Amino acid sequence: MPAREAAADKAPVNAGRSFSAALTGNFEVSPGYRLLTFRPEGSPPPPRPGQFYMVSTGPMPEPMLKRPFCYFDTTGEGEISMLYKVQGKGTRLLASMKEGGTIDVLGPLGNYYPMPKKGQRPIIVAGGIGIASVMPLIKKFGAEARVVFGARSREDMVMRREVSGFLCELHGCTDDGSVGLQGTVVDMLGELGPEKDSVIYACGPKPMTRAVVAYAVESGIGGYVSLEEHMACGIGACMGCVVMTKKGYRRVCKEGPVFRIEDLLL
Amino acid sequence: MNLSVSIGKLRLKNPVLVASGTFGYGEEFAEYYDLGLLGGVMMKGISLKPREGNPPPRVYETPCGMLNAIGLQNVGLSRFIKEKLPFIRQFDTAAIANVLGNTPAEYVRISRALDEAGVDAIELNVSCPNVKKGGIAFCADPRTLGRLVGKVREALKSASLIVKLSPNVTDIRSVARAAEDGGADAVSLINTITAMAIDARTRRPVLANVTGGLSGPAIKPIALRMVHEVHKEVKIPVIGMGGITTGLDAVEFMLAGATAVAVGTANFVSPGAAPAVVDGIEAFMREEGIEDINSLIGGLVIDNPDH
Repeated sequence: MPAREAAADKAPVNAGRSFSAALTGNFEVSPGYRLLTFRPEGSPPPPRPGQFYMVSTGPMPEPMLKRPFCYFDTTGEGEISMLYKVQGKGTRLLASMKEGGTIDVLGPLGNYYPMPKKGQRPIIVAGGIGIASVMPLIKKFGAEARVVFGARSREDMVMRREVSGFLCELHGCTDDGSVGLQGTVVDMLGELGPEKDSVIYACGPKPMTRAVVAYAVESGIGGYVSLEEHMACGIGACMGCVVMTKKGYRRVCKEGPVFRIEDLLL
Repeated sequence: MNLSVSIGKLRLKNPVLVASGTFGYGEEFAEYYDLGLLGGVMMKGISLKPREGNPPPRVYETPCGMLNAIGLQNVGLSRFIKEKLPFIRQFDTAAIANVLGNTPAEYVRISRALDEAGVDAIELNVSCPNVKKGGIAFCADPRTLGRLVGKVREALKSASLIVKLSPNVTDIRSVARAAEDGGADAVSLINTITAMAIDARTRRPVLANVTGGLSGPAIKPIALRMVHEVHKEVKIPVIGMGGITTGLDAVEFMLAGATAVAVGTANFVSPGAAPAVVDGIEAFMREEGIEDINSLIGGLVIDNPDH
């Protein structure tokens, strides 16, 4: 192999992705959901929609592993924000962290959502906290996007007002009918009857993702889903976070988290 | 200050290795630091044919540790030699291949091929708790293990031979002795401890494989005890591992009798964990006025005359 290529192979190109950050905000946006903002020390690469960060939730050794969180937004002051649901030990500890503290962060990691091809119309599908992953797309696409937002109930449709603030065409649905249609996001997709030139961008809990993928394949609509799986390292080393694709197991943290719908075998 | 140690004829620039299965083939970590900072890299286990591994969920965090049941997903022998070995060879660090066979003949065949391909050492994986065939079956009976080690020994021309021991046995000392008698240059221990986690709400095991291997700081005291026992039992060098996160952890293992150590699960916590262990050892040596790291090996002081 030519020497120049060998040198490129060896360079620690991602060293900047491991950094400490000042916690600049960590507040509740609705019961059980919080928005955390941090300002990186150093200059990690800017995040792209769909990428994620691994964040320490306390000192070693307990809890030990960093937790993955989607990139949610950036501010003009170089701050990055993440929307999270308080649901386990790691997120409870994270929720108790105060502004002014320091967190260890890895990122941005993983691949990102490809932009729609010319003539393709984006349909964004979010389930509950899955909104965190697609929010940068909603912001970017603005009035061009149709958004199907499903949740258990009104309380879990977090950031609903912010979503409608981006002028997209918003279609809400809830399990209990407290907002929009009573039904699932797939019921809502059925009502909308998306055209073949649509392109889906979806993120949500596993049963939702599975149903959306099945719907898309059946309707001949292409698109992308962002997946989650138990993850230890976030950088592709542990081989823990795999999902089955037509090419075999692929790592959510490295080849994902965004996968083409037609490649998945969920 | 001297940090270099020897495992048989293999000279390591420092005693810090990274444990097989926690470091892939080094590619991901090379994106974060120069692998030449490490004494050596114990690469992900290699089987004759590529393996898909187990279905997810494969990993789960437990108090001060984690469970894994990856099932030895790997690229297989020929792709390893073609793609992965040349990559690791770019760095000034020892390349140690971890070998998993279904049969003794397969262990021999893979080991011979890797020796010819130029790895510095072979680590025989006779202790993986997450695969049905091979692996731990060979660690269960010292006589079977001794025969296997002997056969691989005969097949090797230049690579050093390390046997990785399982803690999931009644007496690890007899297994270590069998490895030594079979002709191993060193033993490495411990592999993960068979364990499981249950989700009370779903009434199901958390891992799809039901059981997995426990690693991380939770197992460090067990690993220290086993390194101490094995060091007293055999004359060949011991490579100690199990929950090492800091330089002090590494020093503790060396005092217990380890000639070298491996950082495992800590690599998942932070990509820079292993070089930080090297730095921590150096800091300890400076503080304690230690010139040669070899003076730490087996330096445990036991005041109780009954031991």
